Amino acid sequence: MSTASTATGKPGASEGTLSLADAAERRSRLVSGIAMAVMGALGLWAFGLTSRVSGAAHTIFGLKEDPNATGGLGPISAPSQELAIALMSVAILCGLARAFAPVSKTVQLWLSGIYFAAYTIGFLVWAAAGSAVGLNVPVILLQTALAAVPLVLGSLSALLCERSGVVNIAVEGQFLFGAFAAVLTASTTGSLWAGAIAGCLGGALMCVLLAVFANRYLIEQVVLGVVLNLLASGVTGFLYDRLMSTNGGTYNKAQGFSSIRIPGLASIPIIGPLFNQNILFYLAYLLVPVVWFLLFRTRWGLRTRAVGEHPTAADTVGIKVIGLRYRNVITAGLLSGLGGVWLTLGLASQFGKDMSSGKGYIAIAALIVGRWSPIGSLGAAVLFGFATELQVALTSLGTPIPGAFLAMAPYLVTIFVVAALGGLSRPPAASGKPYIKG
Amino acid sequence: MSTPEPEKNEPAAEPAKDAAAAASAAPAATKAPKPERPPRDWGVIIRNVFTAENSATVTFLAIVLALVVGAIMIVLSNTETMNKLGYFFASPGDFLSAAWNDISSAYSSLFKGAIFDPATISGTPEQFFGPISNTLEYATPLIFGGLAISVAFRAGMFNIGGQGQLIVGAIFASYVGFSWTALPGLLHMLVAVLAGVVGGMLYGGIVGWLKAYRGAHEVIVTIMLNYVAFLFLGGWLLNTSVFHDAAAAGQAVGKPATPSAVLPHLFGDQLFTDIGLVFALLATVAVAWFFQRSKLGFEVRAVGLRPSAAKTAGINVSRVQIAAMLISGGLMGLIGVTQTLGLANPNNNSLSPNLDAGLGFTAITVALLGRTKPWGVVWASLLFGALQAGGALMQTQAQVSIEVITVIQALIVIFVAAPRLVKEIFHLRAHKIDTGAKGEEAPPPVDPFHTDTTTAAGGEA
Repeated sequence: MSTASTATGKPGASEGTLSLADAAERRSRLVSGIAMAVMGALGLWAFGLTSRVSGAAHTIFGLKEDPNATGGLGPISAPSQELAIALMSVAILCGLARAFAPVSKTVQLWLSGIYFAAYTIGFLVWAAAGSAVGLNVPVILLQTALAAVPLVLGSLSALLCERSGVVNIAVEGQFLFGAFAAVLTASTTGSLWAGAIAGCLGGALMCVLLAVFANRYLIEQVVLGVVLNLLASGVTGFLYDRLMSTNGGTYNKAQGFSSIRIPGLASIPIIGPLFNQNILFYLAYLLVPVVWFLLFRTRWGLRTRAVGEHPTAADTVGIKVIGLRYRNVITAGLLSGLGGVWLTLGLASQFGKDMSSGKGYIAIAALIVGRWSPIGSLGAAVLFGFATELQVALTSLGTPIPGAFLAMAPYLVTIFVVAALGGLSRPPAASGKPYIKG
Repeated sequence: MSTPEPEKNEPAAEPAKDAAAAASAAPAATKAPKPERPPRDWGVIIRNVFTAENSATVTFLAIVLALVVGAIMIVLSNTETMNKLGYFFASPGDFLSAAWNDISSAYSSLFKGAIFDPATISGTPEQFFGPISNTLEYATPLIFGGLAISVAFRAGMFNIGGQGQLIVGAIFASYVGFSWTALPGLLHMLVAVLAGVVGGMLYGGIVGWLKAYRGAHEVIVTIMLNYVAFLFLGGWLLNTSVFHDAAAAGQAVGKPATPSAVLPHLFGDQLFTDIGLVFALLATVAVAWFFQRSKLGFEVRAVGLRPSAAKTAGINVSRVQIAAMLISGGLMGLIGVTQTLGLANPNNNSLSPNLDAGLGFTAITVALLGRTKPWGVVWASLLFGALQAGGALMQTQAQVSIEVITVIQALIVIFVAAPRLVKEIFHLRAHKIDTGAKGEEAPPPVDPFHTDTTTAAGGEA
């Protein structure tokens, strides 16, 4: 990325003066804020004033995972038109405030968050208007959380790599390798834990390749990642053809970790189902605060960030740059390998060729939308998981929007966010640049 | 060399280096008459073949290494052969002959499918040239793709969006192919080809625009646009009444193009090569001219080498980036054309959701293997096309999954990109022996896919 990143012009670097960067930031804020408001106005018309919500149409929100179960909270019914108009007005106000109000960066982020939430719920109100079943909130929450698990793990992996200065586009390949190794080992040994460990090690093995070729042989890292993805797809596909397609019972058994019910939390209405999942699920979400803590509150984290931002300076104060990069990239492989384990053992499904189906790339998008922070990546991963889940949920509601366009939503949102943030969203400075001592 | 002084003719190392430096400092001096060549030392030349700097040697050794790894995979994954390994020390011959059988049957069918089958020497010319024509047909889209990646790369950008651009190109070409039937034969085909180029250009142009004016990183934008195009085609477009073929109810298949829009056979109806190959070679000539002779090509290279310097020199960096992505996307669109209107299309020249065949990604490996040089890309495409054509036969004849070809291709690229690794494995010397003839040689080839190490060390604040 070295050749590419210089062209974007980092604020304050090539321009020299701070005021220019400030002006660029103000203009970018103005443009994105107005764009948000315009999109909000369009949404107001589409979701609040069209025939689907007019008249006495109501939107039903189911609050129980199983609508036929006795007890618990009953469904809520709200008038669709009024609710949609109110939500979209909130969205427009957020956009305008972001464009014109002199607020701090934190408030801006909050405004963007509220904007997206209001927009999404407004859309849902419109989509489910008049449906007798309505939206089942607990199911949507649960499915979102499940879909986000591999994205969370993948983006944490890419985060560790990029924060230490190595671009990891090969998350997809690590998923595939992890998923394959996990199901193969679990099927042949009969032990799920052995499978999980083998899956993590499979991801780590891919990362060893990444680390060696990036740090020792200095191959351009984006290209390297793409090639490693091809390699992983080829190797797992080849072995699948050789072993699993003919002999699936021996080498490719669908099996999964049983769920662990957390007493107390699992009985909470609406979010209860989130606390009745398997160990990998909890592990993935627990890793987010753990990585955050390690990265921003420990000596190792400070060193990692130093190596990713300015390796020469880090080297000067005695940090072993290359060694740290090797360790971090291989550790990151354990995480993305775990993401692969989730795809097979976590979801109790068989391995299939190219089964990660682009989740690795979306995980990297989550990292960028989340601005290279663990918490931000989590938010973006959940957003993408939600969009994936949404198209499933909405097919039953019979909206006039084809499922394919809903499926595009996360990708379009990513482009929108990347374009709106523009040069303001800055990767770690040394990301993608090998360090040569001397 | 700046001046043809007599002492420069001596094959001494020191003055030649100075002269090389002087020549690069004053480009006008290249017009000065060439000095006499120093006497050739064949021993030195032959020894220099075995250095890591020699890209032909490294490429050859990389192919050998990749094939060796592929062979190991073929043996390891054959359970019958591996069972014989269990009693290896009792009877090593069993395992070795079984392993040899696995490898030789796989690689001989690979060769028969890609180059020629010795059994057809007495057959018809069609049988004899059949495998070669398959190789050429598989190589055609790779040439377009490799050129596309090269153009973007020379401008300092990674076009990972080939998948999306070729899908959009295919949609445009296919639409013209089945709907503008009023056009006369040859013109219809040419318009359909152009439509494909335009489609790819539009989709690539979005990336260039977002990069130039919004600072959006092209890698992430292109990856996202790939999914958008894929979903647009397979999830929606092929179900619409305009595109969906009513004859194929229940299948996501587009309307077949009318025969007038289909790319004609190049070497007679029996051979599997279409006129797309001619377009690909024309595109190669055009791109080579573009880089070496055109003003925009010069600007593209300048921007790719150092955008800030290009900007200082008065080049409009944004414009050049957009132009490079437009050209790159247009070339990718041509893959879409050959995938729909070419002979490689298995569905009667209609659109299908999986028409991309991963070519947008394979193109990256081709460009890397060809070192982003137009004719290098052609050779790399021929190699990969041969592997693909041979792999198809290997799958049917030797029951070895074609996936092993993906592995071999990826490995070739990794080894080529890491000449130091090849050097370490084969104990090659690192540097050429200096004969003093250096001043006449071209400057050392810039290895395009290696990070610029001169700027990397400081982390570039």
